[in-house]
Amino acid sequence: MQWESVIGLEIHAQLSTRSKIFSASATAYGAPPNTQANLVDLAYPGVLPVLNAEAVRMAVKFGLAINARVARRSVFARKNYFYPDLPKGYQISQYELPIVAGGAIDILLEDGSLRRIGVTRAHLEEDAGKSMHEGLAGLTAVDLNRAGTPLIEIVSEPHMRSAKEAVAYLKKVHTLVRYLGICDGNMQEGSLRCDANVSVRPQGIGRLGTRTETKNLNSFRYVERAINFEIARQIELLESGGRVVQETRLYDSERGETRSMRSKEEANDYRYFPDPDLLPLEIDQPYVDAVAATLPELPDQKAQRLMDEYGLSGYDAGVLTASAELADYFEVVARGLSASDVKEHAKVAANAVMGELAGLLNRDGVEIGGSRVRPASLTALLRRVLDDTISGKIAKDVLEAMWDEGREADAIIDARGLTQITDEAAIERAIDAALAANPKQLADYRAGKDKLFGFFIGQVMKATGGKANPARLNVLLKRKLAQG
Amino acid sequence: MSRGVSDLHLADVAQLSAQLQSGQLSSVELTQALLARIEQHQRELNAFITISADSALQEAARADERRRHGTAGALTGIPIAHKDIFCTAGEKTTCGSRMLADFVSPYDATVVQRLRAAGAVMLGKTNMDEFAMGSSNESSHFGPVRNPWNPARVPGGSSGGSAAAVAARLVPAATATDTGGSIRQPAALCGVTGIKPTYGRVSRYGMVAFASSLDQGGLITRSAHDAALLLAQMAGFDERDSTSVELPVPDYAASLEQPLKGLKVGVLREFFDGLDEAIEPLIRAALALLHAQGAVIREVSLPHLPLSVPVYYVVAPAECSSNLARFDGVRYGYRCEAPRDLTDLYQRSRAHGFGAEVKRRIMIGTYVLSAGYYDAYYLKAQQVRALISRDFEQAFHEVDVLVGPTTPTTAFELGAKTHDPVTMYLNDIYTIGANLAGLPAISVPCGFVGGLPAGLQIIGPHFCEARLLNVAHRYQRETDWHQRAPRGFL
Amino acid sequence: MSIEHSDVESIARLARLALTAEEIPQSAQELARILGMVEQLKRADTAGVTPMSHPLPGQRQRLRTDAVTETDQHELYQRNAPQVQAGLYLVPRVVE
Repeated sequence: MQWESVIGLEIHAQLSTRSKIFSASATAYGAPPNTQANLVDLAYPGVLPVLNAEAVRMAVKFGLAINARVARRSVFARKNYFYPDLPKGYQISQYELPIVAGGAIDILLEDGSLRRIGVTRAHLEEDAGKSMHEGLAGLTAVDLNRAGTPLIEIVSEPHMRSAKEAVAYLKKVHTLVRYLGICDGNMQEGSLRCDANVSVRPQGIGRLGTRTETKNLNSFRYVERAINFEIARQIELLESGGRVVQETRLYDSERGETRSMRSKEEANDYRYFPDPDLLPLEIDQPYVDAVAATLPELPDQKAQRLMDEYGLSGYDAGVLTASAELADYFEVVARGLSASDVKEHAKVAANAVMGELAGLLNRDGVEIGGSRVRPASLTALLRRVLDDTISGKIAKDVLEAMWDEGREADAIIDARGLTQITDEAAIERAIDAALAANPKQLADYRAGKDKLFGFFIGQVMKATGGKANPARLNVLLKRKLAQG
Repeated sequence: MSRGVSDLHLADVAQLSAQLQSGQLSSVELTQALLARIEQHQRELNAFITISADSALQEAARADERRRHGTAGALTGIPIAHKDIFCTAGEKTTCGSRMLADFVSPYDATVVQRLRAAGAVMLGKTNMDEFAMGSSNESSHFGPVRNPWNPARVPGGSSGGSAAAVAARLVPAATATDTGGSIRQPAALCGVTGIKPTYGRVSRYGMVAFASSLDQGGLITRSAHDAALLLAQMAGFDERDSTSVELPVPDYAASLEQPLKGLKVGVLREFFDGLDEAIEPLIRAALALLHAQGAVIREVSLPHLPLSVPVYYVVAPAECSSNLARFDGVRYGYRCEAPRDLTDLYQRSRAHGFGAEVKRRIMIGTYVLSAGYYDAYYLKAQQVRALISRDFEQAFHEVDVLVGPTTPTTAFELGAKTHDPVTMYLNDIYTIGANLAGLPAISVPCGFVGGLPAGLQIIGPHFCEARLLNVAHRYQRETDWHQRAPRGFL
Repeated sequence: MSIEHSDVESIARLARLALTAEEIPQSAQELARILGMVEQLKRADTAGVTPMSHPLPGQRQRLRTDAVTETDQHELYQRNAPQVQAGLYLVPRVVE
């Protein structure tokens, strides 16, 4: 039996406003418990919510960026349930009339093709506080600093067909909200959280299977693993004659499994109704137009432009536009390398940024903003490769030295004497010496062991400290060996 | 002629203001006199939950200080009481409930702030039906309030304590709240004046919520003139309340004397259904008096108005079931002993913290919002609400105000209606409509039946408080019902 | 109009109100009585009528400037708390 998996994601993004959505408390992460929770956040008797203008603007920005409809009129609704981190006993959210509806996000698949993932809706709501269950015997501790932080909940259509697609979509949303400056995307701190709705059905069947919801997946890796686990679990269940129960599950990252949430005796009836303390949110066209005017170049637009202007492949453009800052860095480097036709050396710049530089960023766990090598400095290094001063291989070491020591390329090349040897006479002398020092290998080569060519290359490189120009060396060694 | 200290309780706000301003009287003297009266009658009436003697005297002393410096205003030093539903920093706010029996608010309600800024001196927090749910003040955790006109009878509710305190001349004025009639009905039953302003006129910030789209803060006083003086201070836009309206507050006192000639008064056919036949002549007499002043009386009909009680008993419980979910024993308020687990903590704290009527309304509210019932009940009720509002709107195209009885009966006996919730709910039959439509309404005393007061209700279009106070004032100029005090409290 | 005991139990659970076995029948009766009164609503013809959530027509939500104006007052606010430790509110352990 061939199975198809159907996946939808609900992503909660914390909006990076200064104050909370319905109160003027700070939203900064990491404050001591309950020091950023005022009377409104604590749901004291008699308090009332007032809506944050910036949260609205950010939601509209998001809607525009995904080509969705921005509702002229949207309504806040109460979602009623009891939980210690939900002080009012209800969450203020949006139900029947969300601020954003429709829209789509394009994702690049591994084979280079594009898939359009529909977005059903995005709405504004408030975050709950945090419950902590560890460390206190028989007790749960509640910190309400986070209660009231503004969220947009982004609900996708069930258009994804694999865990990889789901991760690609999640990454795209992650990139998009950072481009828009509406969310810092820090999954560790919970700025971006994801719930995955997963079901399976036999290939070719139109009707959807029963789905489960797996909550609070806070890394790309966990999302992928949890979804794959769920798919496998459901398939196994169905193949052995069982039925999938519609339920909420949690991902156990230690075991790599999802498990059912025990606390639900019956499905929660949230009894949504329009919040009487808040009036309908009305948004007119001039407002929408004003927000539209503030949209930055979006990831897809930037990627297309990089492809058009710099002749990059779709894949490279996709990697470089993962963040606006990374793309900007690349552009400075590429433009620095070629005064007239930026396409000429764009690939060199792209490879360096995506390859060696990315390696150093990963090694030190920093984003491009924390790069210890400025774009102009990288440009200078790459010029030394292009003008044959050093080989690409040497350049990798130089870059690392630039990063660690904070010095420019030329300084390091000079100090370490890394300038390539291009002088043919010098290379020939080195070749002669290598051949003379290894008569057995020479004889074997002459006898037909062609592979030993590489051995001699290695010997000359060793003798010259890696500085022999590889192309010249290749030509000259061939000539010498052919000679006799 | 100055009054002796023993008569201070008979002076109203306007008169006291004059006496304080002229120096005939000090705030401290006045406050002491009224505190003594409150103590004297507390056992018999139970109108107060908290008597704030120390802080009141301090505030009075400060008021006298300001007067000495010439920085006093018209309300400086005027003693008032606050219904115990308004948060008062440093003093208990109980909402008449065990759930908040020991709760001390860290902040002041906007209404409290504004009246304090105007110089009013708070003598205490008045008793009320628990969480404002009731029409008799019998559901308070702190015991029932008794009607000063007849202690075997209810004062009305939920603002029973405020109404009784003002009627018994313990304070000249008290704040109150009205969700389905909780200012007007007790005012009528206690022979005093009560005004519920337009929805959004008075800030709800700090007024513990019962039904958010219906609740409104207002006043119980002994005259329309007094209400005009105090309402002008209470009312006005508050940025902390999203439903607060950004309209300037008129000088209500300035238009009190407007002649009523040409005023179009509508009399609702529906208001005479179910009315005690002894009250009807009092209403007719009041209408005749308005007519004599030049008002034109016309009959109007609000065909959907009879459905206002069922609408209310869907919408108000729905909203309250949600508003009261915050009372869970976690951050403040009553917590049960030795909770076994979280569910037990919630269930027992709430079961013990709340009284029977509150629990009943939470249950109804939860039911009408729940899956499968929302459309049939809640949605339907909000649609009928729209129809009722539309009826009022159309009526106000033809008339300027609507006049009728405030309540179907005079004060009933304690315990008479507690056996059946629906019987109790029908007390609100004439008052609920104004809450559903967000309209301002005032009740003034209009006579007596068997020694018990009856009330005349005047309802107007949105934000016409000035007109309501004007009509009420002109009526009070021609009558003395509002000056009658119950025996034993003279 | 009648309410089943099981309905009463479900509602009480949703509302987190403990009800003893003795209280359930009375609660069912009272709810039925109130809902019976409410049944009158069916009489109204509400076809095409927009439900009214707010009593004043044409009101729209005001927006607040995004600024932090609150300071840390947790000590004051936690004076009312039944159980607090190290600034955290404590409740019986929640089992997920």
